[in-house]
Amino acid sequence: MKFNFSSIYLFLSLIAVSLIFTSCNDNDVVIDPTTTGRIRIEFDNIVGDRDLTLNTANYKNAAGQNFTVSKLNYYISNIKLLMANGSSFTVPQDSSYFLIRESNAASQEVTINNVPAGEYTGVQFIIGIDSLRSASDVSKRKGILDELSGPTNAEGMYWNWNPGYIFLMLEGTSDSASSPNGKIYYHIGGFGGRTEKTLNNIRTAKVDFGGKKAIVTSTLSPEVHLMADVLKIFSGSTQVSFSKNPNVMFQDYSSFIANNYVNMFTLDHIHAD
Amino acid sequence: MQIKFNQHLLTMKKITLLFTVICLFQILISCKSESETETPVIPEKTTPTPLSWKKPAYFPDPVYDLSKNPLTEEGVELGRFLFYDGILSRTNKIGCGTCHQQQSAFTHHGHDLSHGVDDLLGFRNSPAVQNMAWNTSFFWDGGVHDMDIVPPVPIQNEVEMGEKVGNVIEKLRKTPVAGAAKQVNYPKMFKAAFGTDEINSERMMKALSQFMMTLVSVNSRYDYYKLGDASALTVQEKEGMALFKQNCATCHAGELFTDNSFRNNGLIPNKINDQGRYGITLNEMDRLKFKVPSLRNVGLTAPYMHDGRFYTLQEVLDHYANDKNSSSIDTMHNSPTLDPVLQIAGQKKGIKLSASEKQSIIAFLKTLNDEQFITDKRFSDPGVGTSL
Repeated sequence: MKFNFSSIYLFLSLIAVSLIFTSCNDNDVVIDPTTTGRIRIEFDNIVGDRDLTLNTANYKNAAGQNFTVSKLNYYISNIKLLMANGSSFTVPQDSSYFLIRESNAASQEVTINNVPAGEYTGVQFIIGIDSLRSASDVSKRKGILDELSGPTNAEGMYWNWNPGYIFLMLEGTSDSASSPNGKIYYHIGGFGGRTEKTLNNIRTAKVDFGGKKAIVTSTLSPEVHLMADVLKIFSGSTQVSFSKNPNVMFQDYSSFIANNYVNMFTLDHIHAD
Repeated sequence: MQIKFNQHLLTMKKITLLFTVICLFQILISCKSESETETPVIPEKTTPTPLSWKKPAYFPDPVYDLSKNPLTEEGVELGRFLFYDGILSRTNKIGCGTCHQQQSAFTHHGHDLSHGVDDLLGFRNSPAVQNMAWNTSFFWDGGVHDMDIVPPVPIQNEVEMGEKVGNVIEKLRKTPVAGAAKQVNYPKMFKAAFGTDEINSERMMKALSQFMMTLVSVNSRYDYYKLGDASALTVQEKEGMALFKQNCATCHAGELFTDNSFRNNGLIPNKINDQGRYGITLNEMDRLKFKVPSLRNVGLTAPYMHDGRFYTLQEVLDHYANDKNSSSIDTMHNSPTLDPVLQIAGQKKGIKLSASEKQSIIAFLKTLNDEQFITDKRFSDPGVGTSL
């Protein structure tokens, strides 16, 4: 008897809940802005219309010069999720530093928890590390920002001789490279200087989802699949030639490359959950 | 029956519990009274012994913030081992002490350019590791501003020690290595210095800074003179001191003999074409500028200049006087950033000095040699080092 009574109660509850759902707008899910959920952003490195494969694959830049890529790393930080009405959610800064590495699949998927439920229509982030954090004490730069351990140390993503992060690192080879060893190196960094003003290659990328939405609820965890096109590092406002500039590190020319790669990210698709 | 039994069991349990609580309480009380009456057992020493650090009276206040890294005997000792141990390099053969040798005031005697793993050559001369507490910046280009982040620069430089700090930490954790010629137990040394055997980069750098803080050179003949012993310097040396103050002390200022500035002293760029400070700031006004080095122990730190191009102090003074071999030819490199003190209107570039004035200045400079500093056992290789 008791068992039966419970069943009826549950059944009635389900009907009530489904009524609530159907009373909402056509296809939309209920978004309770007081709840939070999770969103994932995947950074998929490509070269034009091909997937990036380290070492073995041969590509051509806009100038027609061939090249291979042996290493591609870049930091993504200060992520902000944007909404159509102009409001946004800024990911708490301490949880907003990531080092994307082509050689490490797990690093290419960025998970953000405790995102307020909502319909997100774009994302923006710094390619690199903001100046305040760059200049802060080592105690404020642990985990992925620790220049003396973990991936940042292993990948050499920090200039110890001129303290600061290398925001984007691309290494490879090119038959056109004028360097003695035929290699190409692009180590782009510079946060603006500690004691005096100098090179600032902090760039903010903004990717609009073009009408698509990433809907976050307590139960829906969308995945935003972004593409990062290596060819854009070498083209855009400045066409980079491997014969003229095979190695670019801490020098003025690097800002042209930063101005190029700020436009390398585009949305490919969004998985609703 | 069963219910009754259960109830009985419950009662029993309650009684047992109550009894246990009373017993525990009594134990606590008795413990307390015991510790109050009996002499406490001296625990195993877990805190390191503080080491007081005092600046020489006529030196300025140190730049390094000791409050964030107070010196201890164990910390300094750990730093000394780390300083000399080749484990810091990729090949396990190059320690800091390889290119910073005590008998040369912690420089690399006879090497114009730094000489690292696999016989690779760097592009600058190894600077003296001395009086680091007062440095406002480090290295010839002043790129580094904090002593705690100095060691990663040579460790991770591919042509110096060629290693990643992350790997060094892993190697240190695995000591002592069975069968190794030099047995060093770093977990034990870290425990003595920091209370636990945790080895991390922060502790490693702090220990190295602690050791470097102790490398204070202040016992030269000049210092004895300064402290009131007029006989510590000869007549020629005193003459040299006066000439030095007049001609050199604009840049080599104060008791540390540097104003910590960056200047272009007119050296003709060599094939390396090192742009110096410009590489840090990318400011055109910083091209060819290098840190003004301290001149303490300068008689021991040959070769000279950022690229070690001069092997004697005579050559150095000939450069500044711009009269190599009494020549009238101007060999000072003219460029927009050449230091104004080397350009006096209506006069050949450089600092006008006669041959005998140069000799007096050289005699004075040699009074800055600190024999105690270069022989002090506290600064010496504890037996883990390698020399090239």
